[in-house]
Amino acid sequence: MDRHSGRCYRRRVDFRNAPLTVLGIEASCDDTAAALVRHVPGAAPVILSNVVAGQDALHEGFGGVVPEIAARAHAEALDLTVEKALEGRGLRVVDAVAVTAGPGLIGGVVAGVMLAKGIAAGAGLPLVGVNHLAGHALTPRLTDGLSFPYLMLLVSGGHCQFLLVRGEGDHRRLGGTIDDAPGEAFDKTARLLGLPMPGGPAVEREAARGTPRIALPRPLLGREGCDLSFSGLKTAVLRARGDLAPDGALREGDRADLCASFQAAVTEVLAEKSRRALRAAGPVTAFAVAGGVAANGAIRAALEGVAAEAGTPFAAPPPPLCTDNGAMIAWAGIEALRQGRRDDLTLAARPRWPLDEAAAPMLGSGKRGAKA
Amino acid sequence: MTTTRLSLPGPDATDAAGAALARHLAPGATVLLSGELGAGKTHLARAAIRALAGPEVEVVSPTFTLVQTYATPLGELWHADLYRIEDPSEVAETGLEDALGTAICLIEWPERMGVLPRDALRLSLRHDGDGRVLELAGGPRWDGLRAALAGAVHA
Repeated sequence: MDRHSGRCYRRRVDFRNAPLTVLGIEASCDDTAAALVRHVPGAAPVILSNVVAGQDALHEGFGGVVPEIAARAHAEALDLTVEKALEGRGLRVVDAVAVTAGPGLIGGVVAGVMLAKGIAAGAGLPLVGVNHLAGHALTPRLTDGLSFPYLMLLVSGGHCQFLLVRGEGDHRRLGGTIDDAPGEAFDKTARLLGLPMPGGPAVEREAARGTPRIALPRPLLGREGCDLSFSGLKTAVLRARGDLAPDGALREGDRADLCASFQAAVTEVLAEKSRRALRAAGPVTAFAVAGGVAANGAIRAALEGVAAEAGTPFAAPPPPLCTDNGAMIAWAGIEALRQGRRDDLTLAARPRWPLDEAAAPMLGSGKRGAKA
Repeated sequence: MTTTRLSLPGPDATDAAGAALARHLAPGATVLLSGELGAGKTHLARAAIRALAGPEVEVVSPTFTLVQTYATPLGELWHADLYRIEDPSEVAETGLEDALGTAICLIEWPERMGVLPRDALRLSLRHDGDGRVLELAGGPRWDGLRAALAGAVHA
């Protein structure tokens, strides 16, 4: 314990150049996750473990007795998840603890931050609070070793934004959805058409059997800039369903054509807005796409095409590292420590924490939503 | 509890209804928004939030994040979508229970909460041709809104 600062450091380490093994903890929305990432300067980072709590872990922990545990029971699942991520190594191998401090649901974020503080204080380890979206934004450096600056399209169920990633903690938001994220549009289209969940793969399968013959809007394509909108597309699908099947019984061929038309609309909008974002970003080392929607073959191919047109390398981290996970938080923690940033035990949960804080005042005094 | 029904023929009428709703909100007010997928719940909430927080404010869907919060001149506003909540106990994670009664809360898919907050305004939307029908049910504190809505939407 450093008596003067009140901070708890077991060892004095120069985090800028030392080999680092960091424990990352993530509990900001649906999943409880923890991971260990090791980085030796000059070498590629290594993910030693990456655990996302499933019901399995919970069941094991309760000795086969399954109590009522809600999907987002972060507080109950956290200890076990961290223990599993350590894989019996104990905390001796850990040099620092990184935790998602926001944005997200207050319950999960507080549970994660409290546990991280407990571990840091108990084991005398440095602590660093990480922005959840920064974790996503820095993932291509963990997986593909990208150098700054690069353009990032974060496109998933809950997110859709173009970020110019210029450095650790230095992101500029070039545009994003003004209503629904594309993953949500896929899910809702699947529900409207009676397809199974998850909606993304279901719509993609149907689309592969259909032809995009139904005219659907290309929202905001005519508007300048990189903002996107997908809510109107959902309404258009609803209207087309009514037109194709006034009696409510949608024929299979029509359903496939509607899926193909929907996917074509989303693809075209994402591709054109990516073109514009690449132009707005200026010189970049790569165009990186992360998020569940990047797993859609047609969309991915179109975005790769946009990167090729611009002569920019394309990167897409593997799907398990695109959904919420602890490895991206551990890595973002490593990046922060390398920059000399760390927190003490006063670290607070920030349910609302915009990634691009500089941009917030321009857009209405920080009135954006938590994860806008 | 009185129920009022009115027709919203197009998006502009929904915007007008949202703006009228905003003028009748006060700190601690809770609005429950029911209706099937694509019925216009988020559209109505967005119109109300923009009328309060400013027309330039981006109101993104809370379906995946569950909660989006906004700063308004009337204090904090919570926009929640509980569609993905599978068990009422999960609501605790969102912090919504602490916000109820203090912040303005607009809640989509409130049925997922189990116990519904008392004194809330209940709005339900359904398809009606190309337009929507809005039904409003609530105690006497919402009588002003009833009158205003009829004027705002038909103006």
